[in-house]
Amino acid sequence: MSDTPYIPGAADLSIAPDIEARSGLLSWVASVDHKRIGIMYLLSSLFFFGVGGIEALLMRIQLARPNNNFLSPAAFNQIFTMHGTTMIFLVAMPVLTGMANYLVPLMIGAKDMAFPRLNALSLWLLVFGGLLLYFSFFAGGAPAVGWFSYAPLSEIPYSPTTGVDYYALSLVVLGIASIVAAINLIVTIAKFRAPGLTIRRLPLFVWMVLVTQVMILLALPALNASLAMLLIDRLMHGNFFVPVAGGSALLWQHFFWAFGHPEVYIVVLPAFGMISEVIPVFSGKVIYGYEFVAASTVAIAVLSYLVWAHHMFAVGLGHPVDLMFAMGSMLIAVPTGVKIFNWIATMWGGSIRFTASMLFAVGFLLMFTIGGLSGVSFAAFPIDWQVTDTYYLVAHIHYVLFGGTIFAVFAGLYYWFPKISGRMLSETLGKWHFWLMLIGFNMTFFDQHFLGLMGMTRRTFTYPDLPGWAALNMISSIGAGVMGLAVAVFLWNIAASLLRGEIAGDNPWNAWTLEWATSSPPPPDNFKRLPPIRSRRPLWDLAHPENPDWTHGH
Amino acid sequence: MDTDRAERFVTGDINRFAMLLFLLSETAFFAFLIIAYVYFHNAVTSGPDAANSLDPWKSGIYTVFLLTSSFTVWRAEKCYSRGRRGAFLKWLLVTILLGAVFLFGQGREYLHLYRGNVTVNRNVFGTAFFTLTGFHGLHVLLGLIALAVLFGLALADSRCSQSSAVRTIATYWHFVDWVWVVIFSVVYLWSLF
Repeated sequence: MSDTPYIPGAADLSIAPDIEARSGLLSWVASVDHKRIGIMYLLSSLFFFGVGGIEALLMRIQLARPNNNFLSPAAFNQIFTMHGTTMIFLVAMPVLTGMANYLVPLMIGAKDMAFPRLNALSLWLLVFGGLLLYFSFFAGGAPAVGWFSYAPLSEIPYSPTTGVDYYALSLVVLGIASIVAAINLIVTIAKFRAPGLTIRRLPLFVWMVLVTQVMILLALPALNASLAMLLIDRLMHGNFFVPVAGGSALLWQHFFWAFGHPEVYIVVLPAFGMISEVIPVFSGKVIYGYEFVAASTVAIAVLSYLVWAHHMFAVGLGHPVDLMFAMGSMLIAVPTGVKIFNWIATMWGGSIRFTASMLFAVGFLLMFTIGGLSGVSFAAFPIDWQVTDTYYLVAHIHYVLFGGTIFAVFAGLYYWFPKISGRMLSETLGKWHFWLMLIGFNMTFFDQHFLGLMGMTRRTFTYPDLPGWAALNMISSIGAGVMGLAVAVFLWNIAASLLRGEIAGDNPWNAWTLEWATSSPPPPDNFKRLPPIRSRRPLWDLAHPENPDWTHGH
Repeated sequence: MDTDRAERFVTGDINRFAMLLFLLSETAFFAFLIIAYVYFHNAVTSGPDAANSLDPWKSGIYTVFLLTSSFTVWRAEKCYSRGRRGAFLKWLLVTILLGAVFLFGQGREYLHLYRGNVTVNRNVFGTAFFTLTGFHGLHVLLGLIALAVLFGLALADSRCSQSSAVRTIATYWHFVDWVWVVIFSVVYLWSLF
């Protein structure tokens, strides 16, 4: 028996043992501390978020008016490809891995990740993989084939420049980075939990990160294999996806979406996890139906592997196949709906604090539900045939990935920024950020549903002056500008907070999970001592010895 | 607070656990390459295919070498855990040699096919065959490098100091072997029927 409980964590593997205590550029570059690596993940994704955002604004300037010639068709193709690839692989995935990197060891009471040096490897693979993708601009042109790079368009006869080679090489590097990080996170969660933190007491964010990493392990290899085959086609004149040589363009679609559909959940489940942390704290209630939130995550993960061909209804796979995939896809709405009800029921009757973080969480609920509903409409393949590859799809994907993932990330950032930096963000600026973002987002994307139904195809570089199109597109472009403004407010908020923000203290929100049991920012070893863990809310138990959770059995 | 119980959370070999997770991911990777090969199996109507280009008997002999190496690496691991350093080094060396013989066999097969103008770009059989077996060969090569590093480290370490690296790399080596069993069945045995 001792007063200081043992804190599980990896041995000190720093290249220079004292590097973590120092400051300056080298101490960051050489760091193997999960907190610094997490911050560098977040900064990398913020950087690429800026780049991808500028690409989006360029497209919206081009599309603001009919018959515009601000961008050439060739430039437009490169920019929408880079925008999609950037936002998915260099923003959504790394921002979530970054949050997981920073938070998981803290939430489970560990000193660091299981493999600190491997952790640094996955970060730097991400950074250089991203730079490799962008180097294509200097090497004869970026890829111009869309983020899913359909064959045979991606093959040499139709894409003779090196753009697609850079796309494939960089995504292989990023894929390896994701798999490395997934292995690290799974081992960490499985083996480095603090005493008492059983799997049924894990914070839901950690639960969802765990499920997501298993999905990454099984889904990313499909992409890596496809990219290897594409590179063999392009660099060694192979025949995998070349129909005239006996290959199959359809095989690329099957393989890509075998990765691509699980990928949708890979970039949304950790967001669900953050929402599941934020909503209970700001509602002053425990999460409603913890087991259902966790189990529905597993259900979503399993189903997501069985529905890839709903991205391919337009191919003509035959009626029985279409029916099967339509039903499977609609089935996913059930566990997703379960979660939505869990979050609403958590808020129901709670004493809700509408902080910026909570506003973004509620915004997430509304926006993601709209994206989910248009998703269900896509699962009905007659509707899919009508609106596939139109702006209706563009609206859908943005309601899921921006209204869903990015809103949740903002909720998470407002919630955990005080822990990361030691200073509070301004609530006033945060509210400006939220409302500008919500209004700008809906201006940009809600009207795109109508444009899609009216027949405006995605990826078109311009359009004729048809009735209503000019007005709707102009509203969309103005909305994009408003979103740009919202991001500027966010950056200003961060800068102002770092310079002269209010000191946060250990636990500014009166939250209950372990990351709030240490100082803000935490010391290199994370914890001086851990509170006893006898329920899902150890800090609640500590603050309320008269009414601890473990007397209620959770 | 019960510190004994706390420490149990970090027991268990995390290196081997991480390797198993990596191999789960590798299994998915090879599954897709195998599916691609199977997908094109009946697509080849002219030119080289598995039935008219491959020699299952010759490859079968080299396969025996690779499968035997799974046995020898298991022996090496056992000797290592019992602290029998000499026997460990011997079995490890035999494993490396068996793996090298397999790679040599694959090299000879590739050379033979190349001389018969069966290449990656000749037709879709060539593309799928060289991709699948090539990626496997690359994994064998990486395994050999890992085993060689292990051998070098073991030579320098006179105490046989129970590192989890031996079990971890042996696990990887078993994976390389059983993947080959699947590939050999799908590519070579299937060509007989």
